[in-house]
This record gives sequence, structure tokens and C-alpha cells, in this order.
Amino acid sequence: MSMTVYVPRDASALSLGADAVAKAIEAEAACRNLDVRIVRNGSRGVYWLEPMVEVETPTGRVAYGPVQPTDVMGLFDADFLHGGVDVLNLGLTEEIPWLKSQQRLTFARAGIVDPRSLDDYLAHDGYRGLAAALKMEPSAIVQAVTDSGLRGRGGAAFPAGIKWKTCLDAAADQKYIVCNADEGDSGTFSDRMIMEGDPFVLIEGMTIAGLAVGATRGYIYLRIEYPHAQRALEAAIEAARARGYLGDNVCGSGKAFHLEVRMAAGAYICGEETSLLESLEGKRGQVRFKPPLPAIQGLFGKPTVINNVITLATVPIILDRGAPFYRDYGMGKSRGTLPLQLAGNVKQPGLVERAFGLTLRELIEGYGGGTASGRPVRAVQVGGPLGAYIPATQLDTPIDYEAFAAIGGMVGHGGVVVFDDTVDMAAQARFAMEFCAIESCGKCTPCRIGSTRGVEVIDRIVAGDAAEKARNEAVLRDLCQTMVAGSLCALGGMAPFPVLSALDHFHKDFEGAKQKALP
Amino acid sequence: MKPAKTIASLPPIDDAVRAAVLDVTVRLKDQPGALLPVLHGVQNALGYVPEEAIPLIAREMNLSRADVHGVVSFYHFFRMHPAGKRTIYLCRAESCQSMGAAKLEQHIKQRLGVDFHETTTDGAWTLEPVYCLGNCACSPAMMVDDELKGRVTPESFDAWLLETK
Repeated sequence: MSMTVYVPRDASALSLGADAVAKAIEAEAACRNLDVRIVRNGSRGVYWLEPMVEVETPTGRVAYGPVQPTDVMGLFDADFLHGGVDVLNLGLTEEIPWLKSQQRLTFARAGIVDPRSLDDYLAHDGYRGLAAALKMEPSAIVQAVTDSGLRGRGGAAFPAGIKWKTCLDAAADQKYIVCNADEGDSGTFSDRMIMEGDPFVLIEGMTIAGLAVGATRGYIYLRIEYPHAQRALEAAIEAARARGYLGDNVCGSGKAFHLEVRMAAGAYICGEETSLLESLEGKRGQVRFKPPLPAIQGLFGKPTVINNVITLATVPIILDRGAPFYRDYGMGKSRGTLPLQLAGNVKQPGLVERAFGLTLRELIEGYGGGTASGRPVRAVQVGGPLGAYIPATQLDTPIDYEAFAAIGGMVGHGGVVVFDDTVDMAAQARFAMEFCAIESCGKCTPCRIGSTRGVEVIDRIVAGDAAEKARNEAVLRDLCQTMVAGSLCALGGMAPFPVLSALDHFHKDFEGAKQKALP
Repeated sequence: MKPAKTIASLPPIDDAVRAAVLDVTVRLKDQPGALLPVLHGVQNALGYVPEEAIPLIAREMNLSRADVHGVVSFYHFFRMHPAGKRTIYLCRAESCQSMGAAKLEQHIKQRLGVDFHETTTDGAWTLEPVYCLGNCACSPAMMVDDELKGRVTPESFDAWLLETK
């Protein structure tokens, strides 16, 4: 009888040697004359145990990890094909506490299914959301999304249902669904994981969005840094098209939905929705003025729903299980679950999908197990390069859009980057300005010029004496205020947040070289 | 009757470049918003978007040269000069910083003898900065062409470089 072994093809797992492990298993199985079928699944997101190999047994999947090619012979000797005992044996995958305590809704299938197999997707409740949506009126689909409380997971947290309703109500001969897969924030990888591990759920979500607002064409704008996701998406789109889930007649409904992947070209700003639309139109990715909103005049001037990968990939489960099911997770105005991405200097990094309301401390100390270096946590940046640095004293803040706004931070796309006590916060503040200068689209002055001046002012603060520092700190705060109030989009408007939070919470790090030299 | 535009009206262009550009534009130019896919196609075929290709791309796409130049120069990924045989994209973003990316950056620059955006004298490697590869759970990260690497240390980089040579 053929034994099934799962070895992830997720880019992060590959970066740790998953391909070599798969090859070693294949070779060893051939050597021992064993019939082994290797499935290349996505990752479960337990990155500290990757490459994590799983074996199908009668009691469920048993995990082994982290596996290196040199471990493979030992695994065969320990009869891992039947769940044999080995130092790398992690027990039943579903019972690993790190995974078991999560609430995986959007990521229900990631790491479990074969991302290239539509049959596998269907066998794991795939396309049930679309089946439900096909029986509903467009306005009822939009209502379900509104009722679920789903907010844009890209970072801005705008209610998805309202965006969809605006687009539905706009009359036009052509409408578009655009998926923002330009996941540029440092510390985030949930979009990549879904696209590589469960691409059909994104395709299904976009198809439902198309039905809901009357759009017949969709684009996935994917960052060039994700070649593995590109391959996974293109294979999945082809499979869906071949089986009638995409095309002129979606599932025999008479409704059309065409989907295409478009590659970005390495500009961070193109994650901003209007700049992304410019880029899709073949132009420089410069931010547009709003209004008009993209939902009224978006891609090629037509009404366009533009949502992040996770937002769209969450739609199928809402349609399948109903809006109340999803809404019952979460706290306050932040409903449902958030796939958090735990990264940086942390012992057990990975993807943690939990209902809103988990505190940063529970995340970092509970799931993360503290820092990788073993030193104390000093600062945590949540929400990417434009997110505030949160000091260790505020770790008890619950992860919720409003609670974060209250402490001057933002949840953003759910990326959490942990720093230990060796971090130099003045250098981090300088980097935030430098990054803004490199990635500014150049359209508005506060962002284009302000960021460069910001770098210079921080350099002067760090190099100067106390009087110099005080003078320049006033300039820096004033500059930040101009950028926050005067920038056209979130890049210039939020780049000051990491800078100001570093100034406020880690003031000592800005002491000039001359000050530090004093006895 | 208006005379048909001829290739003669364009500045001189290498035959191989012309063939590569036309091969891409014929396939892609009629789709909506085709310029990025076209530029990706040209860069795929030639390794970069040569200056001399821009007038031809502009003509084929019915755009001005300034439009095309503006787009090529806006995006970090498009390059107007050839790269080395392989390109190392080294992540400089926060998650990698928290795990020692700055030290790694210094080491790699010293080891290869190049700064960012430069190519080694033997033409083997080009070093480019990148801001996040989505491998933040395995920081620090780098990508070599399209091969992702995680938890890179100065030592593992050296070992890998020796192995690859």
C-alpha cells in the first residue's frame, strides 16, 4: 500500500531546505523498495519546526520536524512511515499545542491540502461558499459580508461590505475585482502563505466578489518577490478554468468571471490601492487623489473592488458558514479572526490565526516563546514599516483595531516584529525615514522631501551635543507633523509613527554621540 | 495616403534587442495596461531593459518615449544595465534587521567586494537590496534569482558561496 508523506513546498520551508528533504525521502524510499507518495503541501505556518514532514497514519497525520536531509535515513530506521518514535516526532499534527489553540478560519486548509489539486480543495469544503453565493442575489451576498463585520485586512481596516456596496450601486458596463497581493510590509507573510498553500480559496473569494458586485474580470496584483506564489496561483487558475470554476460560465450559472495574475515590479508604494491601480494600467505607481473612490472610478476608470488577499480569502467561509458564525469571533468592532504573523527575534515564529482580542504578550510570550536570542524584549513593531514601535511596557494591549489606535499604533496587516534589548531605536527611526525616502512615489512634497530631511535631522540628533539634540528634536517633531497632516497617502502619512514612537518611548537612544562621551 | 511608419525612423537598435522586443510586444501589447507585462517580458528575455529598446517599445505601444522611460525608471525591479550572472537580493527590512541583517549585509558586501546595485568584477554576482521577501519567520533572508534562503548567517553565506562556485 502506498504511504503518503507531506513535505511543504512553501517558499519559507524551501528556504530551509524542504526540497532537499523531499528528494532524500524519495531516494531513501526507492532504496528500501517502499511505495511512498510525496505530496507537496503548503506550510502550516509552524516555521520554527520547518521543514516539517507529515505522514498519513490511521490515527491522523503525524509530524516530524525540523527535518534536514541528513535526518531522513534515521526517520526511515525509526519507521516514521507508520508514525514511529524518533527525536523529531512531534506527535499528531492536530495536537501540537501551538496549532491546536489557534482558531483557523481563513487558514483552515493551509498546510493540509495539496495546493495544486482542485479535488483536494473540493474534498476539504472548497467552493461551498461559491455554491451558496450562486443561489443568492448580489445584494444579499454584499449584505452577508457586511453583517460578518469583515474589515479590510490589508491594513486600513475599512469595512469590506461597504466597499462592495458602493461598487454594486455604481452603474457601469464593466467592473473589476482587484486583489492586492503586493504584500510589502516587513514582518508579514500571510498573503504569501495563502497564495502558496491554498490558492483556490483566494480564487473562490474573488469569484464571489465578482458575483456580488457584477464584475466579470479580476486581477491579482502580485509582488515580484513572490515567484513561488505566482506559480501556485497560475496553476490553480488554470485548474479552476479547466473545470468551469472560472470563465464565461462560472459553474453553469451563465455568469462570467475571468482572472489573471499581474506581476508588480518592486515598488512598495504599489501596495497603496490607487497607486496599485495606476501600476495595473501600465503607469508609474503614483498615488491618485481621492475622491473619486476606486469603488466608483477605479481600474481603467471603472468601478473596482480592491481588497487584500486575506480579506478576499476570508469571504468563502463567511458565505459557507454564514455571517453570524464569523462575526461571533473577535471583540468590539474588530470581528472575526486575524492571521497574525509572528516574526523577527522570536523563538517560535510563524502564523497564528486567532480571534481579535489576544494580547501582544500572549502572542509573543505564549506562541513566540520569547526572543530567539534569549534576551529581553525591548520593542515590538506591529503593522509593518509604518507601524509604531511598542515598548515592552505596553505588551498587554489586546490586538484589536481600536485598542491599537488608542495607544498610537496600528494592527495593519497583522505583522509583529520583535526586537531584543540590543536594538538601537534611533537607528530604527532613521531607517523608517530612509525607507520612506527610497519608496516615496514622489507625488507629494511632505513625503518626497520630508523623508530625506528626516534622515538628515536624525543624523544630526545622534551626532550632536545636548543643545543640538534639543533643537533638532523640535525640528523632527515639526517635520513629522507636516508629513502626517500633509501627505497624500499612508506612506508619508504614517512613516512618522515609528519615528515618533521611538522618540517617545526610547528617548535615551537618541542621545548624541557627544552626550554619550561625557563622563 | 499616409506613409507607413518604418523602423528607419527609430534610432539604431541592435538586431537581437529588436527581435526580443517585437517578440514580446506582438504577444502582449493589446491587453489592457500592457506596459508592465511587456517590460517584464523584455527583461526576462534580455536580462535588462536596454536604453535603446525604449523608443521601439514606445512605438509599439503607441506611447511616448518619456512615458516608457518614466515607468522603467520608477520601478526598482527594472534595470537598464545588465546584471551579473546571478543576482542576490538581500533583505534589509525590519524583521531581518532584528536578526542581524545589518551585520550580514556588511559581511556580504565585503566578501563580494561590491556595494548594493553593483556587480562583481568577474560578472558573477549582482547585489541588490530588497525590502521584505515574505520570509520574516526565517530571518535574515535573501533570494538568489528566485531561490529563497532563510536564517542566513555570515558563515552559512560563505559556505553556500563556496558550494555554488
